Amino acid sequence: MVQESVSTAGRTGPADTTAGPGPAPAGRLRRVGVATPYLFLAPYALLFTTFVLAPAVYGFWVSLHDWDYLLSGKPFVGLANYQALLDSGSAVYEEFWQSMRATGTFTLASVPLLVTVPLALALLLNRSFPGRTFFRAVYFAPYVLGVAVIGVLWRFLLDPNLGAVNALLGAVGLPDSTPWTTGLPWAWISLVAVTVWWTIGFNAVIYLAGVQDIPRELYEAARIDGGGRWAEFRHITLPGLRPVLVFVVINTILASSNMFGQSLLITQGAPGNETRTAIMYIAQKGLREYNMGSAAAMSYVLTLALLLVSVITFRLFRDRDAA
Amino acid sequence: MRKVRGIAWYTILIGMSLVFIAPLVWMMITSFKSTGEATRVPPTLLPHEPTTRAYHDLFSGSSQTPVLRWFLNSLIAATAQATLILVVASMAAYALARLEFPGKRLVFGLIIATLFVPVFTLIIPNFLIVDRLGWLDTLWALIVPGAAGAFGVFFLRQFFLGLPRELEEAAQLEGANTWQIFIKVILPLSKPALATLAVISFLGNWNDFIWPVYVLFSPDTFTLPPGLSILQGAYDIDYPVIMGGAALASVPVLILFLITQRYIIEGVSRSGLKG
Repeated sequence: MVQESVSTAGRTGPADTTAGPGPAPAGRLRRVGVATPYLFLAPYALLFTTFVLAPAVYGFWVSLHDWDYLLSGKPFVGLANYQALLDSGSAVYEEFWQSMRATGTFTLASVPLLVTVPLALALLLNRSFPGRTFFRAVYFAPYVLGVAVIGVLWRFLLDPNLGAVNALLGAVGLPDSTPWTTGLPWAWISLVAVTVWWTIGFNAVIYLAGVQDIPRELYEAARIDGGGRWAEFRHITLPGLRPVLVFVVINTILASSNMFGQSLLITQGAPGNETRTAIMYIAQKGLREYNMGSAAAMSYVLTLALLLVSVITFRLFRDRDAA
Repeated sequence: MRKVRGIAWYTILIGMSLVFIAPLVWMMITSFKSTGEATRVPPTLLPHEPTTRAYHDLFSGSSQTPVLRWFLNSLIAATAQATLILVVASMAAYALARLEFPGKRLVFGLIIATLFVPVFTLIIPNFLIVDRLGWLDTLWALIVPGAAGAFGVFFLRQFFLGLPRELEEAAQLEGANTWQIFIKVILPLSKPALATLAVISFLGNWNDFIWPVYVLFSPDTFTLPPGLSILQGAYDIDYPVIMGGAALASVPVLILFLITQRYIIEGVSRSGLKG
């Protein structure tokens, strides 16, 4: 290993084995000390090891124990925390899976909207017209606010009795006493709608960058062939966006299944615990009641579920690619 | 005909803008109402008797809700973390983009893999690690662990890879060492990318909610996001105060966004093209 780095430190380029595609032209390699790259990496590596790698492993260790933060004894229990999650007779089973269902419901309801509505917005903004940058910024604006602001703001706007939403609906002659934060399915509609409102700009901006990367010549060719706008969209825009689309879908699934603040602040899990998401429940168990072993096990189960969903999504896109 | 279409077009655009902006305007307006007026049904559009009472309440800050302190804490934590990220991420990104060393692919692969690890898996063990370090209930917990995220390294590495090598080679011929090249050539060339990363990091920290909710306990160490959740509980339906608090947490980032929107939007759109 050391030999290799010494040789790359030499003057002659071709000895370099790891430089990108193609042989590096001679003279391009910098003469650096063996330790120099590691010194540059060191500060970040220290943080990365302490707060990313170590906890990823440590968390699993914790999940193998009956780990109560407040007690000095933390007995090793093997996989018991995981077994409890699968045993319908255990104390946590019902609540945990209810929270997983809540996360699933929210993800299923929000992802289709969060994938399609921003795409429409991006196509709208892809035309050239005066003020385009301004409108793009306006639609993006809510995204720069934190979930705490969004949460307390919409808790107020959606208040069934005092909120502006019901007042506005009443003013135009629609029902004005919808229980947006306390009834079903209204609570879900609220949470999904608020999330779309909040994050639409994020995906839209990503789509917009993707659309602008599609070569114009393709559209010109299509115009000569006489395809309509819909044909253009189906045969040029969508295929051109495929890599971006895969990213957006997977990223949105992950983001939606991380939902926490909206439920905590807008519905507070109501009605009952119907809108209490998995993250809310895990945080409650682990960091309020300090049952950290059990909560850590739950977080790995959720991670595993997300991994599966991501892989399946990825494959679906790949298969369609092949077709 | 063309003109009519133009009018229809802008009507749609402006109508949509209202959907995005009106809730924020409502937040500001409400913060200048009296409690009675803010909860009146049907609501008044503009405050009949505008008052800054909510802000007096917020700033006089009882010991349970020292809002100015939260504001200051948010500012300190976000600034410190953005600075820390710029320093450690730019150094690491430079090594990964320009220097050759054994294990480089492994290191880069490891960093990229963690971009896909859900944040919550790390929350419980990180709570314990931060506890060991004696950082629970301090701003350190908000500043340091979050700087380990992979985004900054990834983002800057991409940018460095796109820089022309000629200037570095010229500096090298003049006898500059790696560190000098990094400081005097690479960093000055990377100002736009560094600015983008600084703003995005600042926003991320300023808005962070779940982590501060669980690692901070005393009102004096809170930042604005967990503080808002406390305000919501403490002031119940005193909406002018709650909306005033939300406005305090929003206005600085909205101003930052107005000034740097090009950077933010470009940074975000590039983050999406990593796939």
